[in-house]
Amino acid sequence: MERFKVGDTVKVRIDSPSGHYRTPIYIQGMTGVIESVCGRFKNPEKLAYGHDGYPLETLYTVEFIQRDLWPDYTGNIADKLLIDIYEHWLNTINEG
Amino acid sequence: MSNDQHPNHGHHETETEVQASYYASRSKAIETLLVEKGVMTTTEIDREVNAMDSKSPADGAKIVALAWSDDLFRTKLLANASEALKEIGYELPDKTPYLKVVANSDDIHYVVVCTLCSCYPRMLLGRPPDWYKSLAYRSRVVVSPREVMEEFGLRLSDDVEVRVLDSTADMRYMVIPRRPLGTEGFDQDSLAALVTRDSMIGVSDPLSADCL
Repeated sequence: MERFKVGDTVKVRIDSPSGHYRTPIYIQGMTGVIESVCGRFKNPEKLAYGHDGYPLETLYTVEFIQRDLWPDYTGNIADKLLIDIYEHWLNTINEG
Repeated sequence: MSNDQHPNHGHHETETEVQASYYASRSKAIETLLVEKGVMTTTEIDREVNAMDSKSPADGAKIVALAWSDDLFRTKLLANASEALKEIGYELPDKTPYLKVVANSDDIHYVVVCTLCSCYPRMLLGRPPDWYKSLAYRSRVVVSPREVMEEFGLRLSDDVEVRVLDSTADMRYMVIPRRPLGTEGFDQDSLAALVTRDSMIGVSDPLSADCL
């Protein structure tokens, strides 16, 4: 079962594992809200090295407020950035 | 340079050979290895390349035109793009990446990017434009989406909520742009003619009704 549900507040883990990963640096450490649960997919960090990609990872679209990401952002305060992030990159707020 | 180093000096080739770029040479080398090691055949590679080249923004434009005129189809398309497209005869590959369709409105405007590389709904729209793959677009549209869209000629009101979609994983996004004003009586072909590739990425609006 997926760990998070739509509306949950999450914080993106800060990490730089050697090799391939799909969590851009600019979003690491940022706090956002689960916008949708995309489903379960093969883990690209394993697929990239010839493995089968299992166990499957839940993928989420996570929503961030642009002003939280970029201090100088001047657009509408409701402007958002939505990005797809695999579950093992997400923590609850309490986990920090 | 001495003639010792260039024994053929003075001999001119009748055709000019174009030096393959670094990436062209690299992809050729990878393709050769895949074939030699029996991972895939040249026929399979050609089939995939042809399949991708057979897709074009015209396919997306037809789908947008239908979504503009058929509310039920539009609702289905937004909820489950693969299923909705299957019903009208577009069979998308039954494997990831999956297509997800979002709709722009007077209140919300989506714009799509892949900051990591060049993820794009190729299964429907074919190859992405070069600017979509450029470092400038990928880095700037997440930080300054309104400025970037202005450079494409789209000035959004401050009231509109901008949503940048960074497709970093298994989902590919296509935008249904806002239907242009004054197109009430238009047939499907005329509507589709207004839908540009860039409007399905979200960096611009479709053409206006008087363009036809």
